[in-house]
This record gives sequence, C-alpha cells and structure tokens, in this order.
Amino acid sequence: MSINNLIIAVIAIIAAPIVGGLLTGIDRKITARMQNRFGPPLLQPFYDFFKLLGKQGIAVNQTQMVYVMGHLFFAVGAFVMLVLKQDLLMLMFILAFSAVSLIMGAMSVRSPYSKIGAQREIMQMMAYEPVLLLMVVGVYKTTGSFMISEIFAHERPLLFSLPLVFLAFLYVLTIKLRKSPFDFSTSHHGHQELIKGLTTEFSGTQLALIELTHWFDLVLLLGLITLFFAQPIWVGILIALASYFCEIVIDNISARVTWQWMVKVTWVAGIGAALVNIVWMYLI
Amino acid sequence: MGIISKSRKKSPWVMHYDCTSCNGCDIEVLACLTPLYDAERLGIINVGNPKHADILLVTGSANKRNAHVLKNIYNQMPDPKVVVAIGACACTGGIFKECYNVMGGVENVIPVDVFVPGCCARPEAIIDGIVQGIGKLDEKADAMKAGSKA
Repeated sequence: MSINNLIIAVIAIIAAPIVGGLLTGIDRKITARMQNRFGPPLLQPFYDFFKLLGKQGIAVNQTQMVYVMGHLFFAVGAFVMLVLKQDLLMLMFILAFSAVSLIMGAMSVRSPYSKIGAQREIMQMMAYEPVLLLMVVGVYKTTGSFMISEIFAHERPLLFSLPLVFLAFLYVLTIKLRKSPFDFSTSHHGHQELIKGLTTEFSGTQLALIELTHWFDLVLLLGLITLFFAQPIWVGILIALASYFCEIVIDNISARVTWQWMVKVTWVAGIGAALVNIVWMYLI
Repeated sequence: MGIISKSRKKSPWVMHYDCTSCNGCDIEVLACLTPLYDAERLGIINVGNPKHADILLVTGSANKRNAHVLKNIYNQMPDPKVVVAIGACACTGGIFKECYNVMGGVENVIPVDVFVPGCCARPEAIIDGIVQGIGKLDEKADAMKAGSKA
C-alpha cells in the first residue's frame, strides 16, 4: 500500500460522514416537503449527532460499546476497500460483519424490543445477502475479476450487461437502508410496535456512532450503485443520486410490510431477477 | 463545548407520557407534530424511547398507580434532561386534585422545569414550553458535569 493510497483513504474517511450526513439532511427535508411540512434544517443530522455525543453515557452492559465499535469499524473498512478499488467479494463479507456486529450488540441486552428488532434484522440479512452475492457473481462474469479496479478498466458499463441485477440491487437498497416498507427492525418513528427496535437500548455516544455508521453505509451503498456506470463516473453518481431519490419516494408512499412478505418477495423477485440475468449471460 | 451546546438547542427529542390525562392535552401534544405546527422544523422529534429523549412531556395528574412508572421513565432518561408539565392537571392536579387517589401535580413525583397551564394547553403554548425547556438544557449539562467531577 503506497502513501498515495493512504492519503486517499484518510480523505475518504473524513469526507464520507459529511456527504452521508448531508444526504440524510436532504432526505429529511424532501420527506417533510412531501408531507406538506416545512422540515428541519439541512444540518439537522449533524445537530443530532453532536447532541448525542454530549449526553450522559448509559451502558446497559460492558460489551455493548465493543459491538458498536465493530459495527463502525467494519463499515469504515468496507468503505475504504471501495475507495481503494479492492476486492468486491471481500467488501461484501466485511459489510456483513458490520451488520452482524450491530445484531450482536442488540442481542447482548435483555430488552425484548431490542431482541425482536435483532431477529428481524437477521431476517433482513437472510433476504438481502444472497442478492448481494449474486451481484458479485454477475460482476465477475462480466469483467472476469472480483477487483473493483477491473470494473473501472472495463470499457462497457456494467449496467448494460447486468440490468436485472441492478434492479435487484435497488430493491435490496431499500432493505439495507431500513426504509419503509422494510423499516421493521428499527421503526423510523417512535410509538410503534417495537419502540426503536434494534437501537432501543443504545443511547448517547453509542447511538451517535450507530448514526455515523449509517452515514458510511449510505455512501458505500450509493458508491456500489455508481459501479454500475463507472465510465464516465459522473453518470454513475447521477444514477446513484436518482436511485436515492426513488428510495425517498418509496419510503413516503409505502406502509410497512411483514418480514414474511419481505423474505418471500426478495427471494423470489430479487434472487430470481439476478439469477435470470446471470443465466442469460451464460447462454448468450 | 460550543458545538455540542448549540446542537443541544437544535435537536430536542421529546418523550410523551400520559399519567391520568383525559387525552385532551395528549391530542394537543400530537397536534404539534402535524403539518400545521410542524415541530420538526425546530428539530423536535417524538421518540417513544426514554433512553433517546431529552425532554419529558407529562400530561395529567400523578396518582399512586402511575407514580412509579413516571419515576422509572424519568430515571431511564440520560442527562441533561428537562421535564415539561402540560395542562392544568399536570401542573396542580386540576379538577382531580381532591380525589382520594390523586397525588396532585407531577412535581410531587419528579422535578418539573416548565409548567404549561391550560385545559387543554394549546399547541402554541406547548411548543413555547418545549422551547423554554430547551433554554434550561445548558444549565442542566453544567450541573451534570459538576456532579460527575464531585
């Protein structure tokens, strides 16, 4: 690893939360406008973050913070791998470790709300992980390598070879961002059946770090969408932002579904679309 | 500490607990979150979880059955925290004051920082009460720091 890569990684680690926080702020503003409200200021996610840092630390047990740190560091690791154009398959595994850390943290406490939230999160992982792996398989079939740098070297955009995989990935994005209709592991608003689900027992700094990880995840996932149109990169970024806008619209027009429905539809439609795309590539 | 103090004023998350309210004040509390008043423009979010909350909104008078629930919620909230008593019942016990099981206002159970009178309190008054509560968060934080050093 050269010094150049190190500098790129450091800049990316500093820039990602700023971009992620701003995107979250825009999300909240657009959501408010869609609901005919004025909405919070653009910098609201940062205010929430710094306020949470200043709160009294209440830890339910000693290991809780370790899991939160694991959640953060694995997400940062996956993001750095994307920025340095490393192995896509390894990136997916590290991303899964990040999600598992949060589930372990939620499982380590005795609150039933937290535990049910964690179990639903496991169901979500069960639903989306196969689709993510099939996406990696599709990328390998197209470029002949798991390396992200090969995607950038590939002259034809991935979107033209993998249109159905792209649609399946968009579908998975809604689950991964925990947006409606798949927001059942941590409901977006209070006073619902699971209070705050997964994050019920996290407070203060821990909650702030989970929020920070969410910003990293958001930038990472939008970055993965960008890979589908890596040449020229600005088209990919525009596609990623357009997909994010679609997510906000879907978030606002849909009600929450049950996890049974989600697993069924993701396995049939998500895996189905991705498989059809890959089989079709073998045949043609 | 500047940025944290500023953020604290911009992002008060409220938790709402109904003691023995007639639901009049509760409806007005939720009315603050509707598009007409939109409390979220001030960063106010209604969280259902005491561990995430900064401000506790209490409606209705305290009685012997719900006093321990109220204390439990208050104790689960991390410092700095502020309690806003909303409506005549939460302030003094209101028309239920003389009942044999009613302990009077909420202040007989937990320390209250802001009293919002009215039966029921108007949404404007409630938002004003929350904003006055925000003003007290900083001194609470200073007290919290002094307490942790001692």
